Amino acid sequence: MSYEPKIVGFLCNWCSYTGADLAGTSRVHYAPNIRIIRVMCSARIDPTFVLKALREGADGVLICGCHPGDCHYSEGNYKMMRRYPLLKKMLTDFGIEPARVRLEWVSASEGQRFAEVVNDMTQRVRELGPSPIQQTLAQDMAER
Amino acid sequence: MADKKLQIALYWGAACGGCDVAVLDTNEFILDVAAVADIRLWPIAADGKYKDIEAMADGELDLAIFNGGVRNSENEHIAHLLRQKSKLLVAFGSCAYMGGIPGLANLTSREKILETAYRRNPSIEWGNRVVPQPETKLNGKELEIPKFYRRVYKLDQVVDVDYYIPGCPPQPDRVRETLLAIVKGELPPKGSVVGAFDHALCEDCPRTKNEKKVKKFYRPWEIKADPDTCLLEQGVLCCGVATRSGCGVRCPTSGIPCRGCYGPPPGVTDQGAKLASAVASIVDSKDPNEIEEILAGLPDFTSFAYRYGVAASLLQRSYRQ
Ligand code: SF4
Ligand code: SF4
Ligand code: SF4
Ligand code: FES
Repeated sequence: MSYEPKIVGFLCNWCSYTGADLAGTSRVHYAPNIRIIRVMCSARIDPTFVLKALREGADGVLICGCHPGDCHYSEGNYKMMRRYPLLKKMLTDFGIEPARVRLEWVSASEGQRFAEVVNDMTQRVRELGPSPIQQTLAQDMAER
Repeated sequence: MADKKLQIALYWGAACGGCDVAVLDTNEFILDVAAVADIRLWPIAADGKYKDIEAMADGELDLAIFNGGVRNSENEHIAHLLRQKSKLLVAFGSCAYMGGIPGLANLTSREKILETAYRRNPSIEWGNRVVPQPETKLNGKELEIPKFYRRVYKLDQVVDVDYYIPGCPPQPDRVRETLLAIVKGELPPKGSVVGAFDHALCEDCPRTKNEKKVKKFYRPWEIKADPDTCLLEQGVLCCGVATRSGCGVRCPTSGIPCRGCYGPPPGVTDQGAKLASAVASIVDSKDPNEIEEILAGLPDFTSFAYRYGVAASLLQRSYRQ
C-alpha cells in the first residue's frame, strides 16, 4: 500500500501564513500533504501542540514563524527557537525520529521558499515512513 | 452506615511500598479506620487472599485503594477484580495516577529490561541466567507466573477510576483528610484529583520570584543555591511551574527542586511539554548555537520532565525499534 505522509503545519499569522498564502495566489505547486493551522505567533506553539498532533496521527509537524528579528510581537519567535532543541531532544528520547518535526522561518514574501520547504519535508517524512505511534499503542492494547 | 462496618481493600501494583507506608504514616488514624472498617485485603500489612475477594458479591467493598502502576497481568487482574467488587476505586499515589517511577521504564523496552535484569546482571551466576516465562513446564507440571507487559499503564488506562490522590507518596495529612471525606461520603465529582489543590506549586512556594533569565543550568550539587530565591531562576531545574500543589512545597523548602510528583496542574495535558515550554522561555539567548549549549546543561531533561508521568504523557512510551 502506498503511503502518503500527513503533515500538520503550524504557521504564524503575520509572516509564514501570509507566505503560504502567497504561494497559493502565485499558483506555486507544493505537496498536498500539509494541513495548515494558523496561529497568531510561533510563540503560541506549545510543545504540547506538536506532541498532540503526532499522537493524533500526524507523520510530521512543520512549524513556521517570522525570521528572527521580524516577529510581529518582536520576540515571540525566540521563544520557539528555544523550545525547539528541547522538543527535539524529547522526541529522540521517546524514540521518534527528530526529523519528523521541523522549524523554518518563512517571511510573507517567501511563497516560493514555503513551497520548497513543504516539498522537501514531505519527501523526508515519506522516506521515514509512517509514524509508529498509533500502531504501537494499538499493539499495546492488544496484548492485554 | 452506622450499623455496618465499612469494607475496604488496599492493593499494590507495580509499586515501591512507599504508598502503603504513607497510609501507615497516618499513625493512629489508620487504627481509627480499622475500628470502623473491615480491611478485607492489604497485602503489605494484613492477611487476605485473592480468592476471598473473588468470592465477594459485586459492590460488596465500599472502597478499594490501589497504589502502583499496572506492569503485569496480575496487577491488571486485581485492578479489574477490585473495580468489580468495590463501589469506589481510588488511584493512590503517582504510580497509580500517572504510571509513576515504574513508568519511566516505558522509555525503554520489555526486551531490554529482561536482558538487563536476567541476562546481563553481574550478580547472577552463569548458568542461572534464565528469563522467566509466563508458562513453564517442570517435571511434567505446568507453572504459570503473571505476564510481564510491554509497558507500564496508569490505572485508568486499564479500569475506570473514581478518584485520584497524587504524590510519591501522597502527603499523610492529605491522605487522612481525603480518606475521612470518603468515609463520610463528602465526595467531589467523580474523576476528581483529591488531596491536592487546583493550582501550580510555584504559587505556594515561599521562595522569591524575579524575572527569570538563565545563561547556565546547574545540577543541584554544582551550585550553592540561595535559600530564599526561586531555584529555577538560579539555573536549577525545578518542576514547580508544571506541578500541582498539594505536598506542602516539600522539596523547594528543603533546598531541593521539585521533581513533579504531584502531576500536572489542572488544564495541563502533558507535564513534560509544559516544563519544556517554561524552561525554554527563560533561556537567555537569541543565538541558536548558544541556546543549544545552554540547554546541553540539562543532560537528561526528558526523564526529569516525565519522571512520574511517561505513561500519562501524550506519547506514553518509547517508539524506538
Ligand atoms: S507513588 Fe511513589 S511511593 Fe507510591 S508506590 Fe509509586 S514510587 Fe512508591
Ligand atoms: S520554580 Fe521551584 S523554586 Fe521556583 S517558585 Fe516554582 S517551585 Fe519555587
Ligand atoms: S515538591 Fe514536587 S517532587 Fe517534592 S513532594 Fe512536592 S510535588 Fe513532589
Ligand atoms: S508573529 Fe510570526 S513568529 Fe511571531
